[in-house]
Amino acid sequence: MGKVVVVTSGKGGVGKTTSTAALGAAVAKTGKKVALVDFDVGLRNLDLIMGAERRVVFDLVNVIQGTAKLSQALIRDKRLETLYLLPASQTRDKDALTEEGVAEVIARLRSVFDYVFCDSPAGIERGAQLAMRFADEAVIVTNPEVSSVRDSDRIIGLLDARTMKAEQGELVQKHVLVTRYDAARAARGEMLSIDDVLEILSTPLLGIIPESQDVLRASNLGSPVTLSEPLNGAAKAYLEAARRLEGEDLPVVVPFERKGFLDRLLGRRAA
Amino acid sequence: MSILDLFKRRTSAPVARERLQLLLAYERQSRGQPDLVSILREEIMAVIAKHVQIDQDYLQVSMDRGATMSTLEIDIQIPNKSAAPLAMAG
Repeated sequence: MGKVVVVTSGKGGVGKTTSTAALGAAVAKTGKKVALVDFDVGLRNLDLIMGAERRVVFDLVNVIQGTAKLSQALIRDKRLETLYLLPASQTRDKDALTEEGVAEVIARLRSVFDYVFCDSPAGIERGAQLAMRFADEAVIVTNPEVSSVRDSDRIIGLLDARTMKAEQGELVQKHVLVTRYDAARAARGEMLSIDDVLEILSTPLLGIIPESQDVLRASNLGSPVTLSEPLNGAAKAYLEAARRLEGEDLPVVVPFERKGFLDRLLGRRAA
Repeated sequence: MSILDLFKRRTSAPVARERLQLLLAYERQSRGQPDLVSILREEIMAVIAKHVQIDQDYLQVSMDRGATMSTLEIDIQIPNKSAAPLAMAG
């Protein structure tokens, strides 16, 4: 039985899809069988980030409606043979997803794959709730910024109330993944620190992904950053986060930026 | 204000943290409960409607949250022409 992990955030644009691709590829690299499922019906993008946009024939909605088999819709990654993508549909409306349909697809994926990553759409509506519905674990992608932290808090509330696990009296195991972290700005007290975010959300930390140009470059190339540039800062952070997700006890090191001469001169305090 | 203050920029992260902590403490508490203001609005409206005919638009209910105390503001406007008590109207 594979594990189902939802990658969610509430707020849009914080890095859900990028993180799904990077974490999924990182886990698949270790030889585990991984399926990435795009739940963003109407606004799919995981295919683009994975560089598989020209190979999409069938999608999640086709499978749910019975017009395609699951095996026909799954796209195997060209770089990693243990990594698969189930794209969202681009044209149909999002009511095309039914809870029973999603339950069946997830159950079948779970029986074949070691990990099923569900890339949630932004918001807290139907699509986002279906993406988290059958999750065992959740990665809450958060930027160190007020609106993102607030929305993450809201999502944490939903994970504790609206998931299958929650309704059965169990808990979805939650992890916060802080993305776009800028150590220099945090040191100058211009950005919420990791401690601030964790204290407010009171949820364990999966990793800290530094703000990095490598991430944009990887998207441009259509490759998860953990595959295209595994030695760069952001990729390393994702690779470590993936190891923690698999249960390894690996301490998180907060990226550290020394206070510059100018900051000292101007007396800027660190938070 | 001394000349040095010009160079000292107040950091914004502590402000962000404080605002979030206050806001989320409130939001968590009210999570899962129906919106208090709209319940109050409906019930107040029902009580008033027993005695005076007023339009929905003439009743404003708002809640202002402070750190230690919140204020509930209820503004009911009764237009003179339709303010006749129901007993008299009937």
